Amino acid sequence: MIDSPPLSAATDAPALAPSTPRAEFIAGMKATIPLIIGAIPFGIIFGALAVAGGLPPALPLALSALVYAGAAQFIAIGLLASGASIPVIVLTTFVVNLRHALYAATLAPYMKHLPQRWLVPLGFWLTDETFVVAIQRYQDEKPSPHKHWYYFGSALSMYVNWQLCTLVGVIAGGAIPDPRSWGLDFAMSVTFIGMVVPMIKNRPALVSVVVASAAAIAFHGLPSQLGLLVAAVCGVAAGVLAERALTPKTQT
Amino acid sequence: MNELILVIGMAAVTFGVRYPVIVLVNRLPLPDSVFKALRYVPPAVLAAIIAPTMLMPAGQIDGSPQNSFLVAGIIAIVVAWRTKNLLLTIVLGMAALWGWRAVLGT
Repeated sequence: MIDSPPLSAATDAPALAPSTPRAEFIAGMKATIPLIIGAIPFGIIFGALAVAGGLPPALPLALSALVYAGAAQFIAIGLLASGASIPVIVLTTFVVNLRHALYAATLAPYMKHLPQRWLVPLGFWLTDETFVVAIQRYQDEKPSPHKHWYYFGSALSMYVNWQLCTLVGVIAGGAIPDPRSWGLDFAMSVTFIGMVVPMIKNRPALVSVVVASAAAIAFHGLPSQLGLLVAAVCGVAAGVLAERALTPKTQT
Repeated sequence: MNELILVIGMAAVTFGVRYPVIVLVNRLPLPDSVFKALRYVPPAVLAAIIAPTMLMPAGQIDGSPQNSFLVAGIIAIVVAWRTKNLLLTIVLGMAALWGWRAVLGT
């Protein structure tokens, strides 16, 4: 159902280009390795929890393959177990994934030149992890006409890993006694810590992170992880305001 | 059958907040200030995901040393800050979690 980007484009690069599509693709995969390691326990736990909760094995596999949104998948199997109706689960998925709209809006200007056959798969593969990897490459000063190949390398390796981990979890299923008790779900949090700390390069970024954290705690009680979205908006607003307050008025 | 509808519905709304936004943002003339603001999206969203898992693992705020997620999270932050090494942060963060739990005897 997903068009794969044309591999033949790899041959179009001039010989003296600063980076080839192939080099970008491999660099994107490499940059994603730590995130893959962080996601492995998360994916296995997802598959295991789903079958342990009595769901048919095909369901977690289909969710991973076709929805491909870790947090929303976890919430969906939790809601299914608690007997929530399908419209409620779909609506919750929408709210939980709204942050991806922020990611998409952030990446969009860099993807202006790409044809649909690239935008469709890259859009489908947009996750927290691949967003962070791709945006760092796009904002990197080293120019390249092939930065979307970096995104592609990151996205594809993350996607394949997620499918394999879900499968392992589904197969291991009942053999893992209470997977959450090991604290393996914390692997995702330490991964995100390792990503966010280097982003704090100036005071507005620090303000943004502190305000977003405080707001996430304050609004944690909101349903469907709406608090996450509110906190993200607070953090972005705080960053912008801090930037305005802290920079001399050379620009408006 | 119900499961099929669920998967299709979830897939549709998830794809719907990803791909169409990329296309729309590039077709609508948005002011520069919007794009400047979007630079704060990555740190703000990640911080908002992390903070509750560290500070309220059981649903309410737990600032005590008994909260192994908080202790391990702080150690991971220090490692990330000093080394800027993602893999090392993950490895030492998880080691800190299990180590601190062993210390606490839980």
